[in-house]
Amino acid sequence: MRVLHSRSRSARVRGGRSWRQAGVLIAALLACGRALAAQTAQTEFVPASQVPVETLPAAPLVFVAYAFVWVALVAYVFALWRKLGRVEREMRQVSDRLESRRRS
Amino acid sequence: MNALVSVLLGIAAVMFAGAPFLIDAAPQESTMGLVQKIFYFHVPAAMVTFAGAFVCGVASAVFLWRRRVTADHVALAGAELAVLFGAIVLVTGPLWARKAWGVWWQWDARLTITLVMWMVFVAYLILRRFGGPGSEVLAAAVGVFGMVLVPFVYLSVELWRTVHPTTNVIRSLPPEMAWPFRWCVIAFVVLFGALLLARTRLESLRAALDRAYLAEED
Amino acid sequence: MMAVLRAAWLVAQKDLVVESRSRELAYTTVFLAVACVLVFAFALVREGRAPDDAPAGILWVAVAFSGTLALGRAFERERQAETLRALLLAPVERSAVYLGKLLALLVLMAGVEAILVPVVGLLFGAPVSRAPVLLLALLASGTVGFAAVGTLFAAMLVRARSRDVLLPVVLYPVAVPVIIAGVRGTAAIFAAEPDVAGAATWLALLILFDAVFVTLALWTFAPVMSE
Repeated sequence: MRVLHSRSRSARVRGGRSWRQAGVLIAALLACGRALAAQTAQTEFVPASQVPVETLPAAPLVFVAYAFVWVALVAYVFALWRKLGRVEREMRQVSDRLESRRRS
Repeated sequence: MNALVSVLLGIAAVMFAGAPFLIDAAPQESTMGLVQKIFYFHVPAAMVTFAGAFVCGVASAVFLWRRRVTADHVALAGAELAVLFGAIVLVTGPLWARKAWGVWWQWDARLTITLVMWMVFVAYLILRRFGGPGSEVLAAAVGVFGMVLVPFVYLSVELWRTVHPTTNVIRSLPPEMAWPFRWCVIAFVVLFGALLLARTRLESLRAALDRAYLAEED
Repeated sequence: MMAVLRAAWLVAQKDLVVESRSRELAYTTVFLAVACVLVFAFALVREGRAPDDAPAGILWVAVAFSGTLALGRAFERERQAETLRALLLAPVERSAVYLGKLLALLVLMAGVEAILVPVVGLLFGAPVSRAPVLLLALLASGTVGFAAVGTLFAAMLVRARSRDVLLPVVLYPVAVPVIIAGVRGTAAIFAAEPDVAGAATWLALLILFDAVFVTLALWTFAPVMSE
């Protein structure tokens, strides 16, 4: 008989939550669409001769390259260090337990 | 062994700390300018990637034909380092290329096969992780094939036309650039050695731990 | 040596006879290859024409994808019928089993390519009859290289978990150099100004790859399958 009842309270809350999620999603999509429209609309035309020649600055590229190397290496060494510590600790625990069992 | 790893790591840390000063003092390259300085980390990382691939391949072969378990651990460590340093090569390279060539990526011989080689060792790691029991042996076969691919990477520059600076660049480096370069190479090699030892040790310890747990259950 | 070859021929014969009865692999592989060509045609053709090097690339992609399918299916059949263990227990050299499976796959792929090449020629106006011997040699050596690695990997993955997705994951990166050489060589033949010398160089490279890969696979097959 319980099956014929209207949806339980938790189900109704969940249902309400999904409506809210849909609303948030639609609002986000609308905002994106508006931002896109704003980007494609130009505010003024610039004659070609006045546009500055684009040179790509090298410093950010060099910086990002070295930063990536440092971050990658430090992250790996750190992760390795932690894993080693954990495994060594577990090893000690297990061998202690084995030792105490052997002694008893 | 722990002591050796710590010593090597210490040396590597000092060298890496000093590297930026040496690189900064080196002269800028005439056509590529500042962005060429990526070369000082990019090329040593590439050398170490090949070293990792080679270590993985040889260790895989030893494991495949002699079934020495330590070899399997070394192979895994080598593959991981090849992927780590390969990622460094594949990120620093395009950053350099964007300025030097105007594009992020070129489908020329050396880049393509470096990417392919990197993917072989990523596939090695994927196979070990998701292949289920017994995948160490299968991955060893992949490792051996990956290592055999490496010479083709080096040959590619000689055989195909490419915009990648040919390997002749390294032989003809002027001394103000050669010394920072050699410094970085040694730094990377020392770091590679330390990491290889440490990672192998982690695998061996894990295997020992598994055996210990099994012993405990008995 | 003769014993190995004879045993390999027996294994290949077994596969081909099984295949000729059901023709499952033949139909599905050919269909996939042609479907592949179609998909790429829709992806690349603009204003009724494909970009210049597209036919060569499409041909080899179709070979690679359909070859992977055939590999997977061929060994899946062995696994389901549990005949792989029987093959490995047979009193023949392990390498005979490998060679036999490789041979059977090559016969299948030859049939697929015999249909694929005219299709590509028709659909893209590619000059497939311009240098038939060279094209045949390129296709043969490229297929041998791909199949050599593929047969080894497919065999060793038979008992692994996630074997369906792992086969392409491990096969494609290792086989890419073969594909590159095949495509570049075929494109050299199909180009508006055919470069026969260039195609011959790529062929030489392919033959080198084949020699290396087949030898390596022969060495590796026994230790990898011996568990």
